[in-house]
Amino acid sequence: MSNARTEPAVVRWSLIGIALAYLVLFIFMPLFIVFSTALEKGIAYYFHSLTDVDTIAAIKLTLITALIAVPLNLVFGVAASWVIAKFDFRGKSLLLTLIDVPLSVSPVISGLIFVLLFGLQGLFGPWLRAHDIKIIFTPIAIVIATIFVTFPMVARELIPVMKAQGSEEEEAAITLGASGWKTFWYVTLPNIKWGLLYGIILCNARAMGEFGAVSVVSGHIRGLTNTLPLQIEILYNDYDFTAAFAAASLLAFLALFTLVIKTLVEYRYRAELEAVGKKTH
Amino acid sequence: MSIEVSQIVKTFGSFKALDGVSLSVETGELIALLGPSGSGKTTLLRIIAGLETPDSGEILFYGEDARDKKIKDRQVGFVFQHYALFRHMTVFDNIAFGLRVKPKHMRPSETRIKEKVNELLKLIQLDWVGNRYPSQLSGGQRQRIALARALAIEPKVLLLDEPFGSLDAQVRKELRQWLRRFHDDLHITSLFVTHDQEEALEVADRIVVMNKGKVEQVGTPQEVYHKPASVFVLNFLGNVNLFKGRMVDGKPANLYIRPHQFDVARHSQGDNAIKATIKYMNPAGSSVKLDLLSESGNSLQVEITQQEFAKLQLVKGEEVFVCPKDITFCEYEI
Repeated sequence: MSNARTEPAVVRWSLIGIALAYLVLFIFMPLFIVFSTALEKGIAYYFHSLTDVDTIAAIKLTLITALIAVPLNLVFGVAASWVIAKFDFRGKSLLLTLIDVPLSVSPVISGLIFVLLFGLQGLFGPWLRAHDIKIIFTPIAIVIATIFVTFPMVARELIPVMKAQGSEEEEAAITLGASGWKTFWYVTLPNIKWGLLYGIILCNARAMGEFGAVSVVSGHIRGLTNTLPLQIEILYNDYDFTAAFAAASLLAFLALFTLVIKTLVEYRYRAELEAVGKKTH
Repeated sequence: MSIEVSQIVKTFGSFKALDGVSLSVETGELIALLGPSGSGKTTLLRIIAGLETPDSGEILFYGEDARDKKIKDRQVGFVFQHYALFRHMTVFDNIAFGLRVKPKHMRPSETRIKEKVNELLKLIQLDWVGNRYPSQLSGGQRQRIALARALAIEPKVLLLDEPFGSLDAQVRKELRQWLRRFHDDLHITSLFVTHDQEEALEVADRIVVMNKGKVEQVGTPQEVYHKPASVFVLNFLGNVNLFKGRMVDGKPANLYIRPHQFDVARHSQGDNAIKATIKYMNPAGSSVKLDLLSESGNSLQVEITQQEFAKLQLVKGEEVFVCPKDITFCEYEI
C-alpha cells in the first residue's frame, strides 16, 4: 500500500536505520559498556565496590545535595516562571537572561565564581575567616554550586508552558471567588504539573550528575566532599575501573529509573493528558 | 440602580483605554457594550468585574463603593471570550468550582453542590456532558458551560466578554437568541461586550456605543439606530450614504441617509430625485441591495424590498431615479 504522503520504502528504511544506528552508537553501547565493565569481576565484587566507605559517603552526599537543591529550585522555578509568564514588569528580559546564565556558562567557570566569592582570597574570604566559617572545600560549597548549575532547569520547563496557557483560567478562578492560594493549588498547579514533573526530573538528574562546578569547589576530600561523579573520577584515576564503572552504573540506573517513572506516570494519566493537551479554545 | 460607573479613566502605558466613561445600569437590564476593537469596551467590563483597577473614577454596586471590594465580594459572574474553562477538570467540576472554593462556613454540602450543578446543566440543556472534559465539547457547548459556571455562584451581575466572538455564524445566531430568552427568564443584570452591531441590536435592552475610550451614545436599539448621536454611531450601526450640500441659509451641511430610506423609480418624482445607474444588484436576502453610481459620480447604496424589486423588474446597467424619503442624521459644518 502506498499513497501520496508515503515515502518510498528505501527512504523510510534508511531513515529508520540512521536513527537506530545513532541510538545504538550513542546510547545503548555506552550503557552496555558501563554495565558490562561494572560486572566484569562478578556480582560480588560489584556490590563490594559499591559498599566501599568512600563510595557510600559519596552516594550520601550526592543524595543530600539533590534533596536540598531540587526542592529549592522547584520553589524558585515555579515563582520565577509565574512572574515571567503572568506579569509584565521592568527588567523581565533581564531576569530571563539571568536564569539562563548557568546554562550558558561553563560549569567549571560557575565553580570558580564561588571560589572567587567564598575562597580564602575571595571577596568574602576575609570576613568568613574572621567569623571562622568555611564554605569552599566543604559540602556547603557543593550544595551551593549544585543549586547554581541546576536553577534554570525547572523554570526553563515551566515558562513556555505557563506562557502558552495565559492567565484567563486564573482570572476565571478569582471571579468565581477562589483565593490566590486556592487558585494556584486547584488551577495553576494542575495545569503545569507535567512540565513541573519533567523539570524536576531534569533538575534531579543534573544535580546528581553535575561534575565541573562541583569539582572546582570540592577539594576532593575522600569520604567528605566527594559526590558520586567525583568519586567515579577518583576511582578511575586509581585504575580501579570495575569500581569506577560500578559507581557509574548507579548514575545510569538513576537515569533509567527516572525515565521509567516518567513513562509510568504518563501511562497512568494518559486520558487526562489527552484532555489537557488539547487547548480548550 | 444596580451599577453606577462615573468618570472612569484607565491608561495602559501611553494608551488611553478609557477616557472619562460614565454609565448607569438598572437592575435586570441586558446591556451591550458595542464598539470597534480598541474602543475600551472590554477594559470597562474588566474594571466592573474588578479584574482591572481604574486610574481614577468611581464604581458603585447597589450604591456601595466597589473600589475597595475584592473581586470575590463583588458577586459578579464573568464569562470570558475564550471561555477559560479549567481544562483539567470535567464539566461538572468546572461548574462546581465556585461553590467548592467558598470558605468552609459558607460552602454548601457536596449533595447540595451536586443538585445545584445538575440544575444548572439542565438549565443550559447540557445535562449529559457532566463527565466530559472541555476539550471534548464544541464551542457553543463550552460557551454555555462557561455561563453555567459563572451562574453557579448566584452573581448579582453577569458580565460577558464577546460571548459569541469565537463561534461560527449559525451557532452565533442560535446562541444569541438563546441568551435573550435566558435573560428574560432569569432577569439577572447583564452586560455583554460585542463588536457586532447586529448582535447588539438584536439582543440588548440598551446599547452603549463606545469609541476611543469614550461613550458615544447610550440608548435603546431603536434610538441608536434611528437617532444616532454622532457620525461615528451612525456609521458603526449600519451602512449610510453621505451627501454634501448647503442648507437654505447657505451653510455647508452633511446629510446622512441609510440605504433603506430611498424610493427607487423609473421616472423622476420631483426635485430631490437623483439620477443614477445600477452597477450591481444583490437580491439574495430579505431585501435587495443595489450599488448605484449617481450622475455626479458618487456611489450610492440603496436597499429596497423584494416586492418593490419584483414590481420594478430592475436590470443591471439601467438608469433609475432615487429619492430620499427621510434623513437619519444632519451635520452642520462649523
